Amino acid sequence: MENPLHSRSDAPSGLRARSWSPYLVGAGIGVLSWAAFYFVNKPIGMSTEVSKLSGWFASLFVGMERVTSNGYWSGTTPKFGYETIFLIATALGAFLSSMRSGTFAWEKVPSVWSARFGGGVAGRMIAAFIGGIIIFYGARLAGGCTSGHGISGTLQLAVSSWVFFISMFGTGIVTAALMFRSGKS
Amino acid sequence: MMNFPLSTSSATGLLLAAVFGLVFGTLLEKGRVTDYNVIVNLFRFRDFTVLKIMLTAILVGGIGVAVMMRGGILEGWHIKEMNTLGVILGGGLFGVGMVLYGYCPGTGVAAIATGSIHALVGFLGMIVGGVLYAVSFGWVKSAILPVGAVGKTRMTDATGIPEFAWWIVLVAVSLFVFRMLGKKERVAG
Repeated sequence: MENPLHSRSDAPSGLRARSWSPYLVGAGIGVLSWAAFYFVNKPIGMSTEVSKLSGWFASLFVGMERVTSNGYWSGTTPKFGYETIFLIATALGAFLSSMRSGTFAWEKVPSVWSARFGGGVAGRMIAAFIGGIIIFYGARLAGGCTSGHGISGTLQLAVSSWVFFISMFGTGIVTAALMFRSGKS
Repeated sequence: MMNFPLSTSSATGLLLAAVFGLVFGTLLEKGRVTDYNVIVNLFRFRDFTVLKIMLTAILVGGIGVAVMMRGGILEGWHIKEMNTLGVILGGGLFGVGMVLYGYCPGTGVAAIATGSIHALVGFLGMIVGGVLYAVSFGWVKSAILPVGAVGKTRMTDATGIPEFAWWIVLVAVSLFVFRMLGKKERVAG
């Protein structure tokens, strides 16, 4: 927790700061979108690469031929490229940023979860795994994720992206209400 | 002088992927959306960081892209198909998964790199989700995606309301939301 007596001006700034204003971060992502549109004519998105990784993963078991003959993966052939570098660089950027500000920390069970469900590691891991399956199946069904639909699509006033945005918040709020019914924190 | 846009498979294109990713990852980490608690607490109405970031990104990004598009310096829009049933069901599943997992694909990738082990486990779940989608794609393609499929529609086309009017409304609504959130946070201390 931040010490309230600690004056703001002593806090580390720039990349050493623990966090930036959400408005500054949002504006930064907006400007990043301009650059992505202008320089490579390709909006920011993450789920296409994750989907390619799932195709690569499947190819380890059934072979690449069966993967590329699949109706879905044939359109997103698992191949090292722009999206792969973008995914790795996103992870690297977050890593360097957290190292610089000292916020890097191994975390198995986050505090909001443990306040409601206790500190058991297995329960949290199972929920994360099942949540991962559901969120990604949903992302593929809808054609994008928070970045591809939620930001890149909504900022182009795409009907599909605004419907996605509203649908996602609707079920997210209901799920959180059910899960954290008697949560205190 | 280089001509833009570049091919994403050109050397400079690949270099830009690295630059954009580094910036994106840094912004996600500094925006604290690599933290499970921050994301889940949005859906519990206890932390509006995610909403502030998303709305600001949409306003800044959207107005800039619209101006560049009007100025004729962009190639064209990148609108995703409005397969009504698929988008509603997919968005619905996405919301459930986001609260269970605590991340979305982008923030999950970034969170793994800040030490979140459960983000990594959920990432493996996403890989499995991708496999399940590919396996069921034949059925999805024939039974779900065609229902209410109206193509790559924009709000301007769907409603006849012009671009600038949409942005005036979105800016006004966002400023109102930001103001209310600011008041709420001052009361909460």
